[in-house]
Amino acid sequence: MSLLDDFALRAALAGLGVALAAAPLGCFVIWRRMVFFGDATAHAAILGVALALAFSLSVFAGVLAVALAMALTVSALSERTVGIDALLGVLAHAALAFGLVAVSFVHGVRVDLSAYLFGDILAVSRGDLAVIWGGAALVLALMAWRWSALLTATLGADLAQAAGIAPRREQLVLTLAMAMVVAVAIKVVGALLITALLIIPAAAARALARTPEEMALAAAGIGALAALGGLWLAFRADTPAGPTIICAAAVIFALLSAIGGWLRPRDRGS
Amino acid sequence: MTAHDRTMSAPAPLLAISALDVVLGRTTILKDVTLSIVPGEIVTIVGPNGSGKSTLLRAALGAVRPAAGNVWRKPGLRLGYVPQKLHIEPALPLSVRRFLGLPVRVSQAQARDALESAGAGGLETHQMISLSGGQMQRVLLARALLNRPELLILDEPTQALDQPGAAAFYRRIAQLRETTGCAVLMVSHDLHVVMAASDRVICLNRHICCQGEPEHVASAPQYRALFGTGTGGALALYRHQHDHAHDHAHDSGGAPVRGTAQEAER
Repeated sequence: MSLLDDFALRAALAGLGVALAAAPLGCFVIWRRMVFFGDATAHAAILGVALALAFSLSVFAGVLAVALAMALTVSALSERTVGIDALLGVLAHAALAFGLVAVSFVHGVRVDLSAYLFGDILAVSRGDLAVIWGGAALVLALMAWRWSALLTATLGADLAQAAGIAPRREQLVLTLAMAMVVAVAIKVVGALLITALLIIPAAAARALARTPEEMALAAAGIGALAALGGLWLAFRADTPAGPTIICAAAVIFALLSAIGGWLRPRDRGS
Repeated sequence: MTAHDRTMSAPAPLLAISALDVVLGRTTILKDVTLSIVPGEIVTIVGPNGSGKSTLLRAALGAVRPAAGNVWRKPGLRLGYVPQKLHIEPALPLSVRRFLGLPVRVSQAQARDALESAGAGGLETHQMISLSGGQMQRVLLARALLNRPELLILDEPTQALDQPGAAAFYRRIAQLRETTGCAVLMVSHDLHVVMAASDRVICLNRHICCQGEPEHVASAPQYRALFGTGTGGALALYRHQHDHAHDHAHDSGGAPVRGTAQEAER
C-alpha cells in the first residue's frame, strides 16, 4: 500500500503493464504489416485528449473512444481498398494535426501538451495504475482467447474461412486491442511513441523465436526490460522517461539484430 | 473403387452450389453456376486465366458472398483447403509443426502421420519460410488432412511443381481419395494430368461451358474453343504412359471411364 506512494515504483509498474500488453499485439502489427494502422490510431488519441478536456471527461475515456473510432475507420477502409498506404499516412497525420489544433481551443485548462505527446510516466497516479493494469489485463485476455484464430487469419483469409474462422471478426479483435493499448499507453510513452513501443520489442524478439508464441513472450521480456532499463536511465541521466524507454528498446533491437545470426535457433533443417 | 461405389448408391451431396452469381466491384465474375459434389468423387475445374476458377473455390469455402444463388454445405462438413500459395511474412517465425496445429492443436503423432500421408515426413522442425515450393504444397496438404476432410478443396496445387512433381502430386490425391474416401474439388492448369485423374471435369469461363467425364469434356466444342484441339493428343499420350508406368490398384482412381452417376445427375 505505502509502497505505491513511491512515484518511481508506480512508474515502473505502469511501464511494465504497458510493455506486457503491447507485446503480443505488437507481434501482430508486424506480422500483418499494420504499422500505419497503429500510427493512425495512436495519433487520433490527441484528438481524444482535446475532446475529453473540452467536455470534462476522463482522458482515458476520451482517448479510448476516439482511438476506437479511428481504428474502426481504418479497419473498414483497409478491407475495401487495396494499397492504402498513402491513405493511412494521410489519416495518421491529419488526426495528429487536428488533435493539436483542437487542444489549442480548449480554454480554462492549462494543457501540458508534451505530456500527451511523449508521456508523463512519472506522474502516474494510483488511479492511472489501476486503469493501466486493468486495460492491460483485458488486452492480454483478449489476445490469449483469440490467439489461434488470429494466427490462422493472419496466415490467410481463405485458410481461416475454410477452418470456420471469420477473418473480419479477428480483424475487429485486433482493432479493439489496438484502441485499448493506445488508451493505456498514452500516459506512459505518449501518442507519438506508442507505435514504437508496439513494434520495436516485437521486431527485436524475431531474432530469438522459432514459433509465434516464443516471439510474443520474448517481446514481452524485451519490452519489460526496456521499460525498467529506460526508466532507470531516465532517473540517472535526468532525461524524459517515455523517449528514454523507446531508446532502450531500440538499443536492444540493434544488439539483437547484430548478433541475431548466432542467436537464432537453427531454422533450416537442410 | 470403394469410394466410388458408395457414391453410386446414395449420392447425397457434400456441397451444392446453385445458380450462383458472384460480382466483385462492377465485374461479374461468375454467372449462373450450378454444381454439386458427392462423397468420394474427384471434380476438377479447368478454364482460362480470369475465368473465375479461384473465385468459385472461394465461394465454396464461404469466403465470398454470392450476388445471387446460394452455396450449401452439408452441416458439419469437414473441409480441407489447400490454397494456391501461402505467403508467410518473414517476420513471422513459424515451424511446420506449429503450422499444423493452427487453428486446432494436434498431437505429435497426428502431425507425423499427416506429414507422412502428404509425403512431407520429417519436416516438422523446418521453418515455413525455408520450404521449397514442393515441400510447401505437401505441408499445406498435410494440414488439410489433419481435419480428416470429407471434402478436400485444392486451388492449383501444382503450380510450383515441375511436370513429374505435379503427376506425383495428383497420384497422391487419387491415393488419398481411395484410402480416406474424401471427395476432391480442385482447380488445375495441368490439363492432361487432370483429364486422367478426375471423375468429372468442369470447364469454366465465368459460366460453366461444359462438364462431364473427362473424355466427354475433351471432345466438347466449348472446351476445344477454349483450349484448342491439341490437348486431346496430350491426353491420349498421357494415358498411354500412365497405363504403362503405374498399373497398381490405387491408380485406377484416375481411370476416366467412370462417373456416370455424376454425369446423370446433371
